[in-house]
Amino acid sequence: MTHTVEGQGRRRRRGGDRAELSMVPDAEFTSYYGHQIVKPSPWEADIPAYLFAGGLAAGSSLLAAGADLTGRPGLRRAGRLGAISALTFSMAALVHDLGRPERFVNMLRVAKVTSPMSVGTWILSTYGPFAAAAAAAELVDLVPGARRIGLLRLVSSLGRPAGVIAGVTAPPVAAYTAVLLADTSTPSWHAAYRELPFVFVGSAAAASGGLGMLTAPTREVGPARNLAIGGAVLETIMERRMERSMGITAEPLHAGKAGALMRAAKSLTIAGATGSLLAGRSRTVAALSGAALLAGSVCTRFGVFEAGQASARDPKYTVVPQRERLEKGEPVRYRG
Amino acid sequence: MTGRNSLFGPVDPAVEAGYQDPPPRKGFFTDTSICIGCKACEVACKEWNEVPDDGFNFLGMSYDNTGSLNADTWRHVAFIEQRKPVDGDGAGSRTPVDLGMPARHSRNGHEVQLPDSGTDDDKPDFRWLMSSDVCKHCTHAACLDVCPTGSLFRTEFGTVVVQEDICNGCGYCVPACPYGVIERRKGDKATKKNVGIAQKCTLCYDRLDAGQRPACAQACPTESIQFGDLGELRERANQRVAKLHEAGIMDARLYGNDPDDGVGGTGAFFLLLDEPEVYGFPPDPVVTTRDLPRMYKGAGTAAAALLAGAVLSFLGRRP
Repeated sequence: MTHTVEGQGRRRRRGGDRAELSMVPDAEFTSYYGHQIVKPSPWEADIPAYLFAGGLAAGSSLLAAGADLTGRPGLRRAGRLGAISALTFSMAALVHDLGRPERFVNMLRVAKVTSPMSVGTWILSTYGPFAAAAAAAELVDLVPGARRIGLLRLVSSLGRPAGVIAGVTAPPVAAYTAVLLADTSTPSWHAAYRELPFVFVGSAAAASGGLGMLTAPTREVGPARNLAIGGAVLETIMERRMERSMGITAEPLHAGKAGALMRAAKSLTIAGATGSLLAGRSRTVAALSGAALLAGSVCTRFGVFEAGQASARDPKYTVVPQRERLEKGEPVRYRG
Repeated sequence: MTGRNSLFGPVDPAVEAGYQDPPPRKGFFTDTSICIGCKACEVACKEWNEVPDDGFNFLGMSYDNTGSLNADTWRHVAFIEQRKPVDGDGAGSRTPVDLGMPARHSRNGHEVQLPDSGTDDDKPDFRWLMSSDVCKHCTHAACLDVCPTGSLFRTEFGTVVVQEDICNGCGYCVPACPYGVIERRKGDKATKKNVGIAQKCTLCYDRLDAGQRPACAQACPTESIQFGDLGELRERANQRVAKLHEAGIMDARLYGNDPDDGVGGTGAFFLLLDEPEVYGFPPDPVVTTRDLPRMYKGAGTAAAALLAGAVLSFLGRRP
């Protein structure tokens, strides 16, 4: 046996990437040969793609409902059809991500408030049919003369009530996905739980506003532009606050793939919001700004997702915050 | 049933889950100070539970080629080589010497004479830590809390078990676990069972039903793995720590035995000879659902903000 003997597992300087022996007690942590402690989620691109598409669907339903009630048929159509497309994609991504896709329906066995995924399933099950009914009405109205046929007339007339209910039930779809990520032991997701819902609804508003600017007639895009700018501002401010409150677990948001995605998200979102503000009556600038906001939202979701995965793979982000609590004499304990 | 301590704090998990007059809570006390690293527990577990191989990997570190608990490893023996005296007096590293062989505990004196140790001290400066890790069967089990299908459930013994015919492989339990225990099984559906489904230790639920000890505890030759009623195990563990402290092994400490800790205490707890993270344990784990009410509140506020923002977007002058 001629292996080199190394001290307690592996000691590593905090912030450094190379394994090294160090005797500075508060600048190092110990692990079992550098192995991860918590496991990263087994989720792949389906889940961040769903985070984006779910938010896009929710924001689009809100825009469609508002457009319907304020007499903007073009924006209504863009919103309803955008919502159903994004929702269909979401459902496909969610089923595809399962280890046993054929058992998707088991999600409906129970309603469990301690499981954000169960809560999310029921949120989607409430919202989905109304979003679908509103989209069906929109499609019927696209066919000339279809409204004269009995059943189709019914579908068409249900468009407004269904669309309004879809709008009212949409915001939880955009917000719960933050809880879905945060309610884990993944360090960079859990530590973000206070601000992440606001980052995600901001991102949803920016994306759906962007889609509206891209697809609705120019004279009707005002509300979409307002929502997009408001969303971009909320996302940018809350993302900054989030990073400041996360301590060491904010690091993965700046490193590697996640870091590149978060930087791209910020640039695209700010550029898209600025473009939206300056677009005026220019269809081209509005469309480009809308596309930038959509791309920014995609990058935000993938960036947050990847940062969490990276934080789970590195024992540093599990050990250091917990060790710091212990060394301050503040372990997490139940106190009456 | 929901009570004050449903998400956090000391509670009897079987009663909390709704069982009337459940049997005493069962658990493991793994005393790592007498683990000899034989891996009989790993083998017995695989045999009894038909757990497939985990790849026959060579990890190139210590004697551990299993690495960690995962879908295909429900007992995992960790091997830690340390430049520390066997009695762990905390002196830390001294002049490193390649001993070529692991040091051994002597039964009484805690001093081992090693050939050519090269130090002027007669205490050995090298020790092995070995520890058999397993699912903790937490009082507040995050995996169970977040499971959206009800596949993960609490047994009458207070343990946490996956119903493999219900699990749809959503994978939520995997990042939820603060210890990194549960995992979705990967591989070829034709040659492995339960591929795509969350897998972990069941505390041999089938054996418990028949009044038997779990396979790992049955196979352990040194009784490092002790199975029994949790209350009794906790008492026994306290006595053992006191005895080790008396013998001068001040590094001995319990991990997971405190019902007030971040997961409400674990059904499987440990006697360790170093900090938890040395063995690959989180030093101060907390069940993520402790913060869930605050998370929902934040999401509710955010959702309201989105609705309000959408309404505001339609106000104002029309062009």
